[in-house]
Amino acid sequence: MTIATTDAVPTAVPTELARGRGGGGPAPKRIVVAYGFWIFILSDIVMFSGLFAAYAVLSGNTAGGPTGRELFDLHNVFIETMCLLFSSYTCGLGALSAERRHSGRFLIFAALTFVLGAAFLLIEGTEFAGMVAKGAGPSRSGFLSSFFTLVGTHGVHVTGGLIWLVYLVTQVIAKGLRPAVLRRLLCWSLFWHALDIVWVGVFTLVYLMGDFR
Amino acid sequence: MLGRLSWAAIPLDQPLPLYAMGVVVLGILAVLALVTVKGWWPYLWREWLTSVDHKRIGVMYFLLGLVMLLRGYSDAIMMRSQQAIAVGDAPGYLPPDHYDQIFSAHGTIMIFFVAMPFVIGLMNFAVPLQLGVRDVAFPVLNSVSFWLTASGALLINMSLVIGSFARTGWMGYPALSELAFSPDEGVDYYLWSLQISGIGTLLTGVNFVTTILKLRAPGMTYFRMPVFCWTALTANLLIVAAFPILTATFVMLLLDRYLGFHFFTNDAGGNQMMYVNLFWAWGHPEVYILILPAFGIYSEVVATFSGKGLFSYRSMVLATLGICILSFTVWLHHFFTMGAGADVNAFFGIMSSIIAVPTGVKVFNWLFTMFRGRIVFKTPMLFSVGFIVTFVIGGLTGVLLAVPPVDFVLHNSVFLVAHFHNVIIGGVVFGALAGYNYWFPKAFGFTLDEWWGKASFWCWLVGFYLAFMPLYVLGLHGMTRRLQHIPDPSWQPLLLVAEVGAVVIFAGILCQIAQLYVSIRTREQRRDLTGDPWNGRTLEWSTSSPPPAYNFGVLPRVETIDAFWHMKRTGRAPIEPVYENIEMPRNSPTGFITAFFAVVTGFALIWHIWWMVILGLLAAAVTVLVFGWSDDREREISANEIARMERARLGLGRPA
Repeated sequence: MTIATTDAVPTAVPTELARGRGGGGPAPKRIVVAYGFWIFILSDIVMFSGLFAAYAVLSGNTAGGPTGRELFDLHNVFIETMCLLFSSYTCGLGALSAERRHSGRFLIFAALTFVLGAAFLLIEGTEFAGMVAKGAGPSRSGFLSSFFTLVGTHGVHVTGGLIWLVYLVTQVIAKGLRPAVLRRLLCWSLFWHALDIVWVGVFTLVYLMGDFR
Repeated sequence: MLGRLSWAAIPLDQPLPLYAMGVVVLGILAVLALVTVKGWWPYLWREWLTSVDHKRIGVMYFLLGLVMLLRGYSDAIMMRSQQAIAVGDAPGYLPPDHYDQIFSAHGTIMIFFVAMPFVIGLMNFAVPLQLGVRDVAFPVLNSVSFWLTASGALLINMSLVIGSFARTGWMGYPALSELAFSPDEGVDYYLWSLQISGIGTLLTGVNFVTTILKLRAPGMTYFRMPVFCWTALTANLLIVAAFPILTATFVMLLLDRYLGFHFFTNDAGGNQMMYVNLFWAWGHPEVYILILPAFGIYSEVVATFSGKGLFSYRSMVLATLGICILSFTVWLHHFFTMGAGADVNAFFGIMSSIIAVPTGVKVFNWLFTMFRGRIVFKTPMLFSVGFIVTFVIGGLTGVLLAVPPVDFVLHNSVFLVAHFHNVIIGGVVFGALAGYNYWFPKAFGFTLDEWWGKASFWCWLVGFYLAFMPLYVLGLHGMTRRLQHIPDPSWQPLLLVAEVGAVVIFAGILCQIAQLYVSIRTREQRRDLTGDPWNGRTLEWSTSSPPPAYNFGVLPRVETIDAFWHMKRTGRAPIEPVYENIEMPRNSPTGFITAFFAVVTGFALIWHIWWMVILGLLAAAVTVLVFGWSDDREREISANEIARMERARLGLGRPA
């Protein structure tokens, strides 16, 4: 063994081969970033599944307090759900506009997404405040603890998503839709769609099944 | 103004904690003073604290583990000494309140701040090199992960000086850990330090899964990856799948404690067993997060020092993946006595026994790798052979405990304590020490001293058997775990043997320190000039020791498993390669600063200093936002520069 063989590969990697997937060498940055963010979202969904499990265990433990059927107003929740689903649609349109470098159109869809997300949070906040005012706050029973934690954690995620959106819109305005900003927008839209998926679970398991229990 | 923090939090009236804290504080001050006097701060800041180089981060992780090992060991020897002398009428020297804190801190620190930093440190150092790439997928995130882990370690050790630690054991079971029964800051120290370090670990998981799946040298298909990369992949998949459960569980307990929720309380519809279930749904995969990378290290070491390829590489990979999946189907064996019923217990008992099958496959693979090999008994190989023997004993007692009726007898006894120390010391710690001896020359460019290394191995091995085999016997005699006082004097002789064993283990730790000292003093004679001191098989040995910041001048092209071995066999002529510009990540203080504010926030939360919580959170958020704004995260090294450095490194002359 001599030192000279340590770099036994004599030629540089042809760039056309250096493209992710199996044997072709490291993947390009856009793929790596989006892939990593996907993995992060999966971990976030695992965290939610822990909260869902806790809700499933505790949802009957009302300790003599109000049940979900007495507390939930499906009309409100339906409007809330529609706000979030439509915000996902506008988010998708925004992502497409960004891909085509239409920054004006992107900003309009981003603003719509923000308004819909904020409306969702407003409705949720009103619902929470109403429940607390009725004496059905999180420390009333195991059921309400798990309800407020599950739904509230989702709400905290939506709040974070909105702050992140404002931050990214500022970046788009300041720097334009350059590759680094586009990668960040891609992560954000993945995040926003994932919150939608989690909400579908919340709507079904908490509100629908709670109301028909 | 300062929440519930007051002068009463500093235990001025208790001599023992005061003495311990004096030693620690003086030690830290001495180190800080030395660094200041020598003027090392700029170097430390530039080359280490803000470094995003996976090799540097790996070294820092391992160092954190070594320092915390000393702390965890101090707890261990205090417990062993208490149990050895507090027999019959003798009260021993540790009051119950202090003793309870010690066993809680021992478990928490050894798992989260010794074992985890060891394996994550070795993964950080070796995985990108083995994959033949230049760094992990997200280098700055990697630095954030490390510093958050260090923050957790700092926070948990603050409880030594300010206030007290949890008395709830390392699992923190409710209802004892609820506010009603643990009203002071102890459990909050436990929860917040583990939440902060847990986020760091989760981010590591995301980072390494992405790295291994998306960044590999050209030609390195899945079934050409070194086994250590496979085990690192499975361990990090488990981190991604399991750590969020721990985060959610601790969030629930924190809400119970801080805002009066009722997840795990005795009253108002709480359910304590839900905590135990959720905790072990994380906790059992955690066991494999620790042991799988250790299995990977043994695989590399055994193949290298037998001079043969690993026996049945594919079955090793499949066994690893099998363990990865099965690890999520056994958690209930930690609490068979919950009373879930015979059917549930039978299912989890059978699953727990089944997991021994892929593990057995691995043992045979290592044995057959050694069979007819040219075995070289260097220190890493000794640790590996010691592991195989020791781990088989630990595995057998594990299969025994997996039988529910047996578990009902042995549950919560020191038989269990002996079992998990058997697999964690004999498995994880031996693996970490094998990896440390194996990769040290790659990291620092000189080998570790063999005499002291072997001495430390024998002390660890003999010390382990002396310390823990008696506990198996005592467990069968009915001795329960966590006893502050020993009621039955007939247990004392074996407890004295265990005490001797703990002292022998300490001799092993001292030998390691001596080994490091001697090796640094004689480093000029032990330089590794070839970059391949062990006649290695995988790509990390194909670059120099220590590797340049960019690891490889050109990315290696992989054609087989054991890629470097193949390259050496085919003996290609050293044609001057065509270098290209390399993009490397710039150093970033983001990790260090975020972690600083995480410590501030955690401390404020523990002591209910709400204004400081808000300030700490805001400052951490601003740090992240500032980093998120930056675009200039890479620097480019030109092809000429690379060529110049590579020629100097390889000892070649000027180009013709």
